[in-house]
Amino acid sequence: MDRYAPKARSDAYGRRINREHSPLVALALPWLSIMAGSLVPLFFIATALPLVPPAGFLMLLAWRLVRPGLLPVWAGLPLGLFDDLFSGQPLGSAVVLWSLTMIAIELLDSRIPWRSFLQDWIVATGAALAYLLAAFVVSGAPPTVPGLVALGPQALLSVLLYPAAARLASGLDRLRLTRWLSTS
Amino acid sequence: MPPRAGFSKRAQYTQFTGYIAAGLGALIGALLLGVSLWQPQFLSGLRGGAQDVAAPGTTAVAAARTDSKDLLATIRGYLRAGSQNAALKREVEIARIRLKEADAVRQENARLKALLDIRDGEVRPVAIARLVGSTASSSRRFAYLGAGSADGVQAGMSVVSPRGVVGRILEVGRNSSRVLLLLDSESVLPVRRARDELVAFAEGRGDSLLRVKLINLGINPLAVGDMLVTSGAGGYYRPGTAVAIVTEKTADGALARVVSDPAATDFVAVMPIFESAAARVADTPPEHVLDQGGPG
Repeated sequence: MDRYAPKARSDAYGRRINREHSPLVALALPWLSIMAGSLVPLFFIATALPLVPPAGFLMLLAWRLVRPGLLPVWAGLPLGLFDDLFSGQPLGSAVVLWSLTMIAIELLDSRIPWRSFLQDWIVATGAALAYLLAAFVVSGAPPTVPGLVALGPQALLSVLLYPAAARLASGLDRLRLTRWLSTS
Repeated sequence: MPPRAGFSKRAQYTQFTGYIAAGLGALIGALLLGVSLWQPQFLSGLRGGAQDVAAPGTTAVAAARTDSKDLLATIRGYLRAGSQNAALKREVEIARIRLKEADAVRQENARLKALLDIRDGEVRPVAIARLVGSTASSSRRFAYLGAGSADGVQAGMSVVSPRGVVGRILEVGRNSSRVLLLLDSESVLPVRRARDELVAFAEGRGDSLLRVKLINLGINPLAVGDMLVTSGAGGYYRPGTAVAIVTEKTADGALARVVSDPAATDFVAVMPIFESAAARVADTPPEHVLDQGGPG
């Protein structure tokens, strides 16, 4: 017997009957994608200016804002430690800054219950600018005015790249919840 | 307590422990940060290991990047072949003449050195490797090099490209090492003007320029276009390697642009420490030297 509507038994995450999520993918994908983001700046040429946005931090923001409640509040500790291994900042700088960011967004979420993309973007902008500035201050080198000016392009790129990071996080979220395994 | 947890005691406790854990995380981070700002070499082995793990990937990407850059340069070369050819021919003729003159100078140099009984053996690079990556998002300027302690690289060695000085080895992993670029704001390099003995320090500014500080203050004799080379003071770098070109005069020196821009650098050579005795003295605090009765 032919089926009338092949799509009737599936949704955005695949067929619903006889299939289930892979717990491994569902659990690990956000963490892995943020860690991959931490590695991204490594691959760029040794630029004269800090130009590449902090991709790991942007992915953390994207996951936290697109899917609140998925990452625990303490996620900044392990993820920041990993970022510190590669970022060139003194060890601990991402640990403390990412942890503080997670706490700050958590507090903000409890005060402002509404959700919209624009609001997320504003929050991400504030977080990214504060992060870049704080990272500049604790970078271990004496903070100078030219160094501060040199942060401008990177800050602009980071703010403009947040929507892309958010799209990436939501795309990965769909992948995360795809039903891979057959339960036969 | 934020209202989102509702009346469920379990949810409230989970949220509370989450906050505690996050607060602890921030505290641990602050402690780590404090220690690593105080002792920059803290846990550098961990970073070296992490770098070694990432090195194969970054090396492959660096190779691909260079190849694609070469391709673009080739295409651009075709577009301006005619006029460039003529200009290059003129330049080569001049360069040939200058080369002969340089030969004469070199010969005279060798004769004078023989008279003075100075031996200078040829210095071979410790290793030749690719700059495989960089800290492109941090405001510190580090690059990663695809050679480490397994190739004989040690901290303090200078890194030069065919164009000039790139930086200095800061940390060494097994197969990779971290290079402090000249542009980093912690980097200070003793330089002199190429055509005379005017000495200065070149400090990184954190953006793409170096700040040149003259040692003898007074009338600022620097001019835009002056070439700065290493002076050899401090003992880390061999004297006479190109560093930067002055682009702007300031009150106490000048701003200079690095000759060997790390973005345009592909393969670099790691040179041994020029005079390790001098470098040791330069690293010793003055009071320590006085205690021991001066540098032997």
